[in-house]
This record gives sequence, C-alpha cells and structure tokens, in this order.
Amino acid sequence: MKLPTLIAALGLVAATGAAQAADPNLARNLAATCANCHGTNGRAVPGSGMDALAGEDKAKTLKKLNDFKTGVKPASIMHQISKGYTDEQLDLIAGYFAAQK
Amino acid sequence: MMLMKRRDFLKAGAAATAMASLYGCAGGGKPSGHVVVVGGGYGGATTAKYLRMWSEGSVQVTLIERNPTFISCPISNLVIGGTQKMEDITISYDGLKNKWGVRVIQDDVVAVDPAKKTVSLKAGGSMAYDRLVLSPGIDFMFNEIPALASADAQAKILHAWKAGPQTVALRKQLEDMKNGGVYAISIPKAPYRCPPGPYERACLVANYFKQAKPKSKVIILDANEDVMSKKGLFTKAWTDLYKDIIEYRPNSEVKDVDVASNTAILEFDKFKADVLNVIPPHRAGDVAHKSGLKLINNRWVDINWLSMEVNGTPGVHVLGDAVFPAPTMPKSGHMANQHGKLAAAAILNMLAGQEPSPTPVVMNTCYSFVDAKQAIHVASVHQYDPATKVVQPVQGAGGVSAARNELEGKAAMGWAKNIWADMLA
Repeated sequence: MKLPTLIAALGLVAATGAAQAADPNLARNLAATCANCHGTNGRAVPGSGMDALAGEDKAKTLKKLNDFKTGVKPASIMHQISKGYTDEQLDLIAGYFAAQK
Repeated sequence: MMLMKRRDFLKAGAAATAMASLYGCAGGGKPSGHVVVVGGGYGGATTAKYLRMWSEGSVQVTLIERNPTFISCPISNLVIGGTQKMEDITISYDGLKNKWGVRVIQDDVVAVDPAKKTVSLKAGGSMAYDRLVLSPGIDFMFNEIPALASADAQAKILHAWKAGPQTVALRKQLEDMKNGGVYAISIPKAPYRCPPGPYERACLVANYFKQAKPKSKVIILDANEDVMSKKGLFTKAWTDLYKDIIEYRPNSEVKDVDVASNTAILEFDKFKADVLNVIPPHRAGDVAHKSGLKLINNRWVDINWLSMEVNGTPGVHVLGDAVFPAPTMPKSGHMANQHGKLAAAAILNMLAGQEPSPTPVVMNTCYSFVDAKQAIHVASVHQYDPATKVVQPVQGAGGVSAARNELEGKAAMGWAKNIWADMLA
C-alpha cells in the first residue's frame, strides 16, 4: 500500500472511530424514548396491549416504523410519533431493539 | 441520620458488583460515584433506575422521597370520577430497592449546598453526592389565592393536583354532594402541571354526575382565554356527552376564595359552588425553588437541555415539572420520565469524564379520558437544536387523536402499566 493511501485509510478509520466514540450510546438513548409505552429495553408488560419490541427482527421493526412514518400503515398515534425521528434514528432504534434478547 | 453509613454503602457496592456480572460487564471507562436523587415521581424514579441499569451497577444511587409509596397523578382523575381505586395508582418502591439496588430513604431534603456537594435531611444530618438530581415536581403559590393560606382552608378547598390524600378527599366531597349540586374547578394560567388534566377531570366528574347525580353541574373556571389542550376533542365530548352538565368559562381567573361559603372570587364576579376545586398557580417544588438555583420568572428552574444541569450550578440537575419548559413542552409525567433518561445518560457520561450526548431527543404522549372507557391523546417529539440550545418540537410530527374511542382508552391503561414498570420495576 502506498503511503498516502495508507494515511488516507487511517484517517478514515480515525474519523469513523471518532464519530462513534462521540456518542456510543446513541441507539440506547433513542430507544429509551420508546420505553414509556413499549417497556424498558422493549420488554412491554405482558397483557398491557403494547407491542413488545425486544428481540424483534430489525428489518421488520424498521419497515413498520417507516410505514407509520410515510402513512402506508394506519395508526392511532405511531404515525405522529415516527415522524419526529430521522430515518437514521429509526434505524438505530430498530437495531437496538433487535439486539435485546 | 448522619452521612451515609459506611457499611450500607459497602453492601450496596457488593450488590452492584453482583448485578454488573448479572447484566454483563462492558468493561473499561466505567462511570463511578454517588448520585443522590430527590423526589421519587415520574422523573426521579426513572433517573434512579436508569442510572443503575445503564451503569450496570457501577454508580451508587440514593433516592430520597417523602412518601412511603409512589402514587400516580396520571389516572388519578379516574379515582376522582369513581371508576378506579387508590390501590390501582399506588406502587411500592421495592422494585427500585430490590431489583435495581437503589437505596431508597423516606425523608425530605431541606437544603442543598452545591459548593460542599451535600444535601441536608429533614430528619437530621446531611448526605454527600457527586451529582445531585432534583425532581421535586411543583409546589403551590398559595399567596396568589390569599384566603387559601391556612391549612384549614387548604383542607376544605382542595386542589387534588398532587395525587394522594387530596385525591381521596375530593372524591369524598363529590360523593357527599347532593344531587343538583355544583362542582367548580378552577384552572390557573399556563404553564401549569398537566395541560389537559383539568378538562379530563371535568369530564370524569360529569360522567359520575350523569350516572349518580344527574341534576348536578360542572363549571370550569379557566384563567386562560381558551382550552389549553386537545380543544376540539374536549369541546366535542362536552357537547356530545355532557351537554347539560358541563359549562366552560374562559378568562375566569380565581383571585381569592371565601372559604366559609365555598365561593370563588373572580375579578368582576363571584361563583359559589357546593364542591370548589381550586388549582392554584404553581412553581418549581420547594427544594428546587429555595436552594438559590437560577430561576426563570421566579418560578421555574433554568436548565441546560444537553444534561438537565442547572445553568450556573454545576453538579445539580433538575428535571420534570420544576424546569422552565422548552417550547410547546408540557409539564407531564411522561415528559418527566424522558427528562430522567436524558439526565441519566448525561450524568453517566459526566461521571466517566465525558461530555453529554450532543443530540438528545425527548417525546411526549398524553392520554386523557373523557368518560370511564374512552380516551383521547396528544403526542409530540422534541429534538435538540444546537442553534437555540433547546429541544425543539419537530414540525410535522405529533398531533392529537382523530376522535375519542375505547381503543385509546385501552392504550391509556397500557401506557400507565408500561410507564410505571419503566420507572419502578
């Protein structure tokens, strides 16, 4: 590997690392805003009628959230809430809940 | 009660270590220290649990709460309306103690010394902290309703705007009232705790009257110029469900009361009721209001929205109803829970020598019942804006229900079960 390329590659790694290190808990913090209704870490109280999100497939949750956001999926309240988050934030939220086993 | 007993602290530490291994240790750069949380309501209880959970037990947490159990304000209007009981809205602090290793002390904090980093306890002695969280809710400005200054007056003309003995007492007054009597509720000028709450209470009292005392009336004396929350949905419920029961009077600020005759004194008018329910104007709870923290309008604490830390008082965080709200942000239990998580995340970063997250998000959901089964909601999402340094409502997001219905009533009870577990279980 030529030296300038190596430096550039290292620079990229450093930049990516810095971005992640800046807020390693971002997904956790965002998902916590859902917990009031969907339970701590997505573990909804059984029988409460709220969707438990813990351990749900990321793609499935993300599609649901996007469908709420675009209005494809009708809702009483989630169409209003999902619009408050960016696509990147919804991606982080869906990923966080999928990782809760 | 002296400074923390060394033995208790060590015991808590051992429990913390056991818990850390239970939840899997992330290892390296862990936050440590002792956080004292004052007030075990929606804000404080959430902060205490999340500090323990997210630090995997590496941060010690002491929660100081004056009441032996948590009693929820949300859902308490159903107790006043007679369709729920006090035990339905009362929850123990045992989950925080036993599952999360929070040290819960039943006491009151009477003074804060931010320089020495100690709080003074009513029972005597003081306690040291590395970071302090004050989540005291509200206290009333009884001086704005002069005749309500005495304890006797306050025991007769109730606010029931803090759930507990007053909730029970107001229900009793309504049960004792004759058929054909008048219940009047007065609402202070905004901002006040729970914007839709007084209108919900009017609905649920009217729902009780409709079934048990149909000749009775509900009068809403609102100091504001219009309905402050869910206006279309509430006014429709009043017309559809309570046409000859509820009467709404805007621009009707209660300036004083005549306690003996149960009369509200307005600027140009008087109103006599059989049950007079006056919600006085309020401000940040005493411990936040009287500790020399920076206030706005001499009422609400001025905080930094990245951390809920008080501007000008490092190490002290205030959250919930006590803070000067961000634009369109309601004083609600749901929002206090969100403040609690924002504060917990920021405090853990700060205890580990890092900056708080630069992009906090909070959101609100608030359900109101319009009868025993049907509810309506309002929701909003607030994202941090670096330009204004405030969490701002996301335009185009949030909103209110299309119409009242029983599904939303079920969702409201589901909300309650989950948020109570999120704070306390």
